[in-house]
Amino acid sequence: MTTAGIDMGAKYIKVVILKDGQVLSKAMVATGFEPAVSAQKCLEEAVQGAGVELSAVDHITSTGAGRKAAPGIHSDITDVGAAARGTTHLHQEVRTVIDVGAEEGRGIKVEADGKVVDFAVNEKCAAGAGAFAEAMSRALEVSLEDFGQLSLKSEKTIPMNAQCAVFAESEVVSLVHAKTPKHDISRAVHDAIASRIVSMVRRVGINKEVALVGGVSHNPGFVDALSRGLETQVLVPENPEYIGALGAALVAEERAKS
Amino acid sequence: MTTATKEYWRWKEYNWHDETMDPKGADTITAGVDIGSVSSQAVVMVNGELYAYSNMRTGSDSPDSARKAMNWALEGTGLKPDDIHYTVGTGYGRVNVPFADRAITEIACHARGGNMMYGSTVRTILDMGGQDCKAIHCDERGKVTNFLMNDKCAAGTGRGMEVFADLLNVSIEDVGDLSLAVDEEPPPVSSTCVVFAKSEASSLLREGWSTNRVLAAYCSAMAHRVVSLLERIGVEKDFAITGGIAKNSGVATRLEKELNLVSLKSKYDTQIAGALGGALFAKALVEKQRKKGG
Amino acid sequence: MKANYGYLDGSGEYFITIDTDHCTECTEHGCVAACPAGLFEIIVDDYDDEVAAIKEEHRKKVKYDCGPCKPVTDRPPLPCIAACPADAITHSW
Ligand code: SF4
Ligand code: SF4
Repeated sequence: MTTAGIDMGAKYIKVVILKDGQVLSKAMVATGFEPAVSAQKCLEEAVQGAGVELSAVDHITSTGAGRKAAPGIHSDITDVGAAARGTTHLHQEVRTVIDVGAEEGRGIKVEADGKVVDFAVNEKCAAGAGAFAEAMSRALEVSLEDFGQLSLKSEKTIPMNAQCAVFAESEVVSLVHAKTPKHDISRAVHDAIASRIVSMVRRVGINKEVALVGGVSHNPGFVDALSRGLETQVLVPENPEYIGALGAALVAEERAKS
Repeated sequence: MTTATKEYWRWKEYNWHDETMDPKGADTITAGVDIGSVSSQAVVMVNGELYAYSNMRTGSDSPDSARKAMNWALEGTGLKPDDIHYTVGTGYGRVNVPFADRAITEIACHARGGNMMYGSTVRTILDMGGQDCKAIHCDERGKVTNFLMNDKCAAGTGRGMEVFADLLNVSIEDVGDLSLAVDEEPPPVSSTCVVFAKSEASSLLREGWSTNRVLAAYCSAMAHRVVSLLERIGVEKDFAITGGIAKNSGVATRLEKELNLVSLKSKYDTQIAGALGGALFAKALVEKQRKKGG
Repeated sequence: MKANYGYLDGSGEYFITIDTDHCTECTEHGCVAACPAGLFEIIVDDYDDEVAAIKEEHRKKVKYDCGPCKPVTDRPPLPCIAACPADAITHSW
């Protein structure tokens, strides 16, 4: 049986094609201004990569913020459900999934089969998600990639007072003027987001193993800050940006069978 | 420093004193000094009457800003700082007014000052500043009965508006008028967060919205947000708006419309509400002290 | 006086409201000891009354600081509210 999972993210659309539980191919396309068109393109790229016809796909399940806008789908599933399912498929031992994207963060308590027990969300405030780091890297005039790396060079904990991305920008600028090294500022920024994510995840309880997925899991500074905040090493699955699409494809498989 | 040198609203520093009064040898000369994050004011009262005031930018050093504001208020009056019997410091830098006899929060001072500026019937005061938003409910004596201060989030403050004006390449003082120059009121921007509202605005522009229409959508979102803050403390007639955003007709007009209330006007300069309240507190405190001292 | 400490941001409204008229008659000040995160303090307010308040350093992050008292499921009564004999404390979320 062949299924597809399509993750309609705010910035990127991701597709995973599965055949009998094995990943055949993956594809990613920028969401742009016409998500449905981009989704179609992404889907076509993925089936081509898998060497199958689109018509041969038995079931397509969508997830992500724009999941209702995905074309040609048979069903959909929430971000939380997809992240939980995708992560536990790769790492059965995970009991807490932390999903942090540019615009929101989620803490999910899961069972081994990927069933969601509880979850909490940070959303609609840039201070509680990846957008905070993006804004601060812009204020420091370093690329987001370098910004995350920089933080690993710091050993110093300096607190950030501002709890808002806009006010924090001014704070970062004053830190620069006070000759604070950029790597220390970077660590302060990552610690600040991590502390907000940790408080949010505590509300569902933190049980080992803890996995981090979503776009921000590519940022080593954040992984480090989160691990320190949780006092446990956070595991990052392979291709973390495809976890949602993978989860959706797995759910598609189940649904096609039943 | 880009953010600190920019001003939320373009304004001139100024001072004033009442030429018709002779303060020499008066019974009670009191002062209020309000050190805000953007501007600082000093008010001098003589026997409970407004005598002199100044409004200046806050410098990087609060004690220095306090001294400067005070000296400027006294300029040309013949009074010296030593002639003042009691001084109250207020505002964000209130504990850094070296010559103050007491520090009182800006909330209490605003209510007290508002009571004099708008008359004792004023019940709800909204102060929208550069970096915060305060909502105050007070009684007929200007005593606070309910208040909140939102200084966590930039949405609903002058800073948020500035970020937005920058994005649209509009100067901040034009935002209000431009936002009102639309044929039809658009739906408000759906994100409250300034960061997300910015991306929303960019896509609206790409969809072909005019700058004015985007501004209208943002001003109306801002008004809506402030209304929900006001509802927490209970909006009652009479209602007054102070602070920088009071000058932004785009927000103020929409706010009044949504509340179905017209805000009160005052013959006083609304910028000095906090410092005026401080000077009023100072008068009450010095009288109390004298009574005790016999 | 009703003192609202906290904030409204994009994600919601997070205010702890203290009705300080009750505080002036209170001798226990149970909230101060009850809060595991140490949010409360007793201050002399602008009208010279001894009242409870939320400490300055917590005001911009009550949503996070109160997080441990507000698990997603099986939420027990809040310690601060339970400790106040006069029911002076309310949370908006
Ligand atoms: S403006 Fe700041 S505090 Fe407000 S929602 Fe956005 S990031 Fe959060
Ligand atoms: S909910 Fe808990 S942390 Fe928050 S004020 Fe009450 S006792 Fe303190």
